[in-house]
Amino acid sequence: MSCWETVADYAFRSIGFGERLLPRSDFTICQQATLIGSGMIWNVYFGVVALFSGFVMATVLALGKASQSFWLRKPSEWFIFLFRGSPLFIQFFFAYFLFLNLKQAVPIFSPFTAAWLGALVVLFCNTAAYSGEIFYGALLSIPRGDIEAADAYGFSGMTRFRKITWPTMLRLAWPAYTNESIFLFHATTLVFFSGFPAYQQKGDALYYANYFADKTFNPFVPYPILAGYFIMLSLIIIGFFGLMNKRLNRHLPQEERRKLRIRPNMIR
Amino acid sequence: MFSYCIDPEVLGQFRWLSCYLTTGKHFAFYGSFATVLILLAITAPTALAFGFGGASIARSRIGPISWIGKGYIAIVRGVPDIAFFLFFVIALDQAFEFARHKVICPEWNEPIRQGSDFIVCKAAKLPLGNAPQWIHETYGFFLAVLTFAIVFGAFAANVIFGAMRAVPKAQLETAEAYGMSRRQTFWRILVPQMWVFALPGLSNLWMVLIKATPLLFLLGVEDIVYWARELGSTKNAKFTSYPHGDWRMQYFFFLLVFYLAFTKVSEVVLDRIMKRLTHGQATAGGEAQRKAAV
Repeated sequence: MSCWETVADYAFRSIGFGERLLPRSDFTICQQATLIGSGMIWNVYFGVVALFSGFVMATVLALGKASQSFWLRKPSEWFIFLFRGSPLFIQFFFAYFLFLNLKQAVPIFSPFTAAWLGALVVLFCNTAAYSGEIFYGALLSIPRGDIEAADAYGFSGMTRFRKITWPTMLRLAWPAYTNESIFLFHATTLVFFSGFPAYQQKGDALYYANYFADKTFNPFVPYPILAGYFIMLSLIIIGFFGLMNKRLNRHLPQEERRKLRIRPNMIR
Repeated sequence: MFSYCIDPEVLGQFRWLSCYLTTGKHFAFYGSFATVLILLAITAPTALAFGFGGASIARSRIGPISWIGKGYIAIVRGVPDIAFFLFFVIALDQAFEFARHKVICPEWNEPIRQGSDFIVCKAAKLPLGNAPQWIHETYGFFLAVLTFAIVFGAFAANVIFGAMRAVPKAQLETAEAYGMSRRQTFWRILVPQMWVFALPGLSNLWMVLIKATPLLFLLGVEDIVYWARELGSTKNAKFTSYPHGDWRMQYFFFLLVFYLAFTKVSEVVLDRIMKRLTHGQATAGGEAQRKAAV
């Protein structure tokens, strides 16, 4: 079987198209690269959707934590503490079993026991909490002069937030937020190792890499392939966030523009 | 454990629970918390040593040597850590067996990788096939510790490398002016001063390390996650005197609370240490303390 046929068979295996049976013996590098790449679809899906939806929630959480009102501040603080203070791995397990129990009481929850929704909810809350804390820090370090200037120009309420506070907050938080998002993509590899079942062996990249490592008892091929994919993914994210960073800093004089410094990756 | 536990079916709710929570398996569950703590206690200093070594190598003036250190930091940080955990556990095991194989059975001439098998001679197996169970378990735990230390060593190396660069240059130049050799400057001036700069990063790392301990489960160690899954799953009256439904949610909720409490306590303790260390330092934190005291 040539490599092109393998690609045609397995490129979309992880979402249920193409050949159903996974290769069982005589594994070629081409098969491993194709299937692991196919699994990356899941990682990108989880990462992108959680990142975009989490962004909105993170802004809300940051504003809540910085707010004067007790009833807004405490829930945000608790939400952030809950998701930042416990391991993501345990969160996945707990959420999965929680959804299993809820499903028995209320049938609406049955899709939540599948990874595509259940794990997404956990990742959404998790990234919202981590980015919320980053945004909160940025919110506190907005120069006082900027706000005073906005007041002097007659900005107030929503306009001030939309035109001054929010862009400045994003600009200050951006380097840390870039790290956080790379982080999030790495965290997506935990999904299929934490209770959420991979129906019909439709798993993510690490799921397939682990499959091959188990079958061949040779970790030196699948894991480097996985590493290559993730490094590529990280570079794409850095490129995209770099463009955004340029846009956020475009009003500053040349020498004050802050370059993105990337310090990716820690487990959560 | 208690005398009234002989026939659990007739007990009231509270007594039933007290018996249920003191079965032998539950003690294994409580013991696995000790496993986690031991892992942390061993891994943290080992990773710190790896980190210190990595950072010192990365600082080397000889190009190729410093590339090794920087490469170590960069590679481990660029890839999802779980991939590293899964990778190292097999890779280290095979590396050890391969090394022993080369030393113990030099006359062996078949290839080691035959298709999907990794075959070394019997005497080189790790642990030996006839070893008792506890040796297997200890070996598994040892591999896990080493894996954790390698991965977290890279993170620590990065933090320490940054801290070494944060020490004011003038300090080092002064040392040189006093005629200290490079080695003396390193040990007497640089190392004692860098800890304050390294501490925020290291305490962050400690938090991350705590939150990484459930991954022990993936490395095949019988840790708290393993036991929570095991004990929480539905128990049939046929096989146990304490039948119950699916309680995994409750068990994992307990783990969640355990970790939240653990991180909270660490946070408080680390804050105290930081306060003590910044005392009298020429940094913004130290300055703030001085002003507050006045």
